Amino acid sequence: MQARSAGRLSPHLRRLEAEGMAIIREVAESFRNPVLLYSIGKDSSVVLHLALKAFAPGRLPFPCLHIATGWDFRAMLEFRDRRAAELGLNLIVHTNPDGLARGINPLDHGSQLHMSVMGTEALKQALDAGKFDAALGGARRDEEKARAKERVFSHRSPGHIWEPRNQRPELWGLYNTRLAPGETMRVFPLSNWTELDVWTYIEAENIPIVPLYYAAPRPIVRRSGMLIFRDDERMKLEPGEQTEEMWVRFRTMGDWPLTAAHESRAESIDEVIAEIQSSRVSERAGRLIDQDQEASMERKKREGYF
Amino acid sequence: MDASARSDNEGRGLLRFLTCGSVDDGKSTLIGRLLYDSQLIMDDTLSSLAKDSRKHGTVGEDIDLALLVDGLEAERQQGITIDVAYRFFATPNRSFIVADTPGHEQYTRNMATGASNCDLAIILADARKGILSQTRRHTYICSLLGIRHVVLAVNKIDLVDFSQETFDRIVAEWSEFASGLGFRTAVPIPVSARFGHNVTRSGEEMPWYAGPTLLAHLETVDVEAEAAEKPFRFPVQRVNRPNLDFRGFSGTVASGRIAVGDAIVVAASGRQSRISRILGPDSDQDMATAGEAVTLCLADEIDIARGDVLAPPKDRPEVGDQFAAHVLWMDDKPLLAGRQYQMRIGNLWTTASITSIRHRIDVNTLERQPARQISLNEIAVCHVSSTQRVPIDPYAENRATGAFILVDRYTNHTAGAGMVDFQLTRATNTYQEHYPIDKHARAALSNQKSLAIWFTGLSGSGKSTIAKIVEQRLHAERRHTYTLDGDNLRSGLNRDLGFTDADRVENIRRVGEVAKLFVDAGLIVLCSFISPFRAERQMVRELIGGEDFVEVFVDTPMEECMRRDPKGLYAKVGRGEIRNFTGLSSPYEPPIKPDLHLQTLGTTPEMQAEVVLRHIAMLIGEASGRDAPSR
Repeated sequence: MQARSAGRLSPHLRRLEAEGMAIIREVAESFRNPVLLYSIGKDSSVVLHLALKAFAPGRLPFPCLHIATGWDFRAMLEFRDRRAAELGLNLIVHTNPDGLARGINPLDHGSQLHMSVMGTEALKQALDAGKFDAALGGARRDEEKARAKERVFSHRSPGHIWEPRNQRPELWGLYNTRLAPGETMRVFPLSNWTELDVWTYIEAENIPIVPLYYAAPRPIVRRSGMLIFRDDERMKLEPGEQTEEMWVRFRTMGDWPLTAAHESRAESIDEVIAEIQSSRVSERAGRLIDQDQEASMERKKREGYF
Repeated sequence: MDASARSDNEGRGLLRFLTCGSVDDGKSTLIGRLLYDSQLIMDDTLSSLAKDSRKHGTVGEDIDLALLVDGLEAERQQGITIDVAYRFFATPNRSFIVADTPGHEQYTRNMATGASNCDLAIILADARKGILSQTRRHTYICSLLGIRHVVLAVNKIDLVDFSQETFDRIVAEWSEFASGLGFRTAVPIPVSARFGHNVTRSGEEMPWYAGPTLLAHLETVDVEAEAAEKPFRFPVQRVNRPNLDFRGFSGTVASGRIAVGDAIVVAASGRQSRISRILGPDSDQDMATAGEAVTLCLADEIDIARGDVLAPPKDRPEVGDQFAAHVLWMDDKPLLAGRQYQMRIGNLWTTASITSIRHRIDVNTLERQPARQISLNEIAVCHVSSTQRVPIDPYAENRATGAFILVDRYTNHTAGAGMVDFQLTRATNTYQEHYPIDKHARAALSNQKSLAIWFTGLSGSGKSTIAKIVEQRLHAERRHTYTLDGDNLRSGLNRDLGFTDADRVENIRRVGEVAKLFVDAGLIVLCSFISPFRAERQMVRELIGGEDFVEVFVDTPMEECMRRDPKGLYAKVGRGEIRNFTGLSSPYEPPIKPDLHLQTLGTTPEMQAEVVLRHIAMLIGEASGRDAPSR
């Protein structure tokens, strides 16, 4: 008999994969009504991939939720709908109706207000409406200092409040999944992964991702030193601005007016990995929203941001 | 070191380690140094670090590496680490996950959390200060949590002129303490985290030191835990039954290995079968080893649920409900013997209580001390009793089946972390006798239903007065009754108990057991006890059984109780003659959902008794309707 375990992966990635699958199974068993937050980015694509593995040969035992802000890249929405159809996902899409009615947008109201209303508020609305008591997400501890201290099973008080000073200790993977009425849990199966782990895993497992991660010629406007992909006409050009076609790609996915592209010729996953390895800036540098103030992530998380 | 290390080409796999040591020994700086030297600090992070250093830094104009690691706002302002932070870096040879844990004694729980998930510990000592009591405490906790590989990093060696004599003296002192703690490797290294000597590069200033740099040691140390060589243990996480043709058991192999065709036993039930199929993350596998997440199929349809443990029939864990364990307390509310907690062991949730605290361990001296309760960050050896029989290995033999957590039933806080030492044999040697005459038979003889009516409320609220009237009326109806109250029990059975929280819990536990016997005898038992804690009232409810238990909340405002003061107790408190008085100096937790809620203001005890009697009549009516439909 041939002694064979999983083949292509390094021992390191295999261990991370097993840990992620175990966490996702734990969510299915421990909560009444869990949901997978599918942001369409590379990290949540990995979470989805792990979830499909965790329940095989069965199907996903919970729905997927996408918070659409109205400013998502069109390519992301196309990718989302194609994947949902291919995989037969039970996909819920929610947009904050109040924000929509008030016309909240990142161009007139700034990134902070836009993300607070169309991101954080919308997420809370959708979790409350679906009575979801646990939400799986793709956040990683290596992304940011406040995330580095967050638990795998991260408790939320009623109102989705995170209390960083009052987190439950997590020993031995014996997760404390108990909730009182009104409380919820956010769960992060990729807590111990790095950006490079995610990319090498995507490569090894051949996981489909949004084409925006690969370089291509795209219509770009230079604004405040950032390269913005003008995905539709709602973004008016200011005097002196013009759209130019540039070879760019994105390192993270967010709303298009808030996500800076960078010049790149990395058209394949190999080239993307090589580019990240030689990079001297961190992943979140392309996110305009994170740079508003020192410790801004911790504040946003306490208010219920994912 | 090469920042471009691909995480998929390393041979040694992953090393999880923690850093611990006394406050200001330089833990965060050491980790910052490892990240900085491995060029994993990106330019934008560095520029915000420079900004932070000017604002919060403690090293003048230099970049303060510790600020890289101290993430939460409060920590940066206070310059200490108050939570576990995880950091990641890789070299061409290995990937690392670092848990940075706090040094202060009040964060022992955070350190233990870090240690529970790590294979190696770096214990820092300040070369100028030597081995402090905190260094000893951290060394002991690492050992207790089962860490078998440690590094003693004697930091700030530059501040003692790179003195070999100082280094040797510190190492000798520490080795004496650590030698009995079961470490497989214990490597002392003189370092300067601030300047990098012997962290990632050899220090020319220390020609007398011939050992490896810290990083070189971390890259090569072999911690490949012998997990794969231990007996097979598989805690079932999930029953996977998508359709009638497939039934598998998903989980992570906790230790050992399993192959298709191997015999297994369900530890708790003793049922046996063979592995017919192993589904790995990608496809079918012939075998699986420790750490793999798989789904196992069996040759026979046997009853298995989440929480069960699969093991080899010839090497199975003991199954029991009484065991001795080291317990580390992590909650602000102290651990009290007798109180019930939720317990998670493996994938099984059950309830458990500490039946006795054998002794507390002074973590600085390792001395045993007598104790009646265990406070936050203290460690004690306890006897634990679980409601359900569970499969258990000693923690030293197997972390997966020997570790458990205790969770407060009301706040859901993770209150304790436990490590099993050994099973106590009591459960296997005493058998519950089953007698043919039971409580229903005894109660039926006197045409009644056995019940425990539990009156709770403040001292002077009227519990005993109402209970007395209820008993008189029941007696007049020819019902068989008995009264238990503080006065008749504390003068006899419980006369060894005082009024501390721990004694109050034990008092109620004994009352509950006595009430249970009277209920079993077929009586209606009227119990009047302040019983201030929800957890104990819940314990009694479970002991007696919900259908025979009626919780009556005698709700009288404190001012009214003080006005009545039938025993003159409030007056004594006022004169300072009584301490630990419920409602004043000791808490009272009102019931959230009592069976009966009596608000006594504006009514009479007779009217309240009537409410209770109607409820009892209803329960007896239901019981006789159910038990004797022919009547």
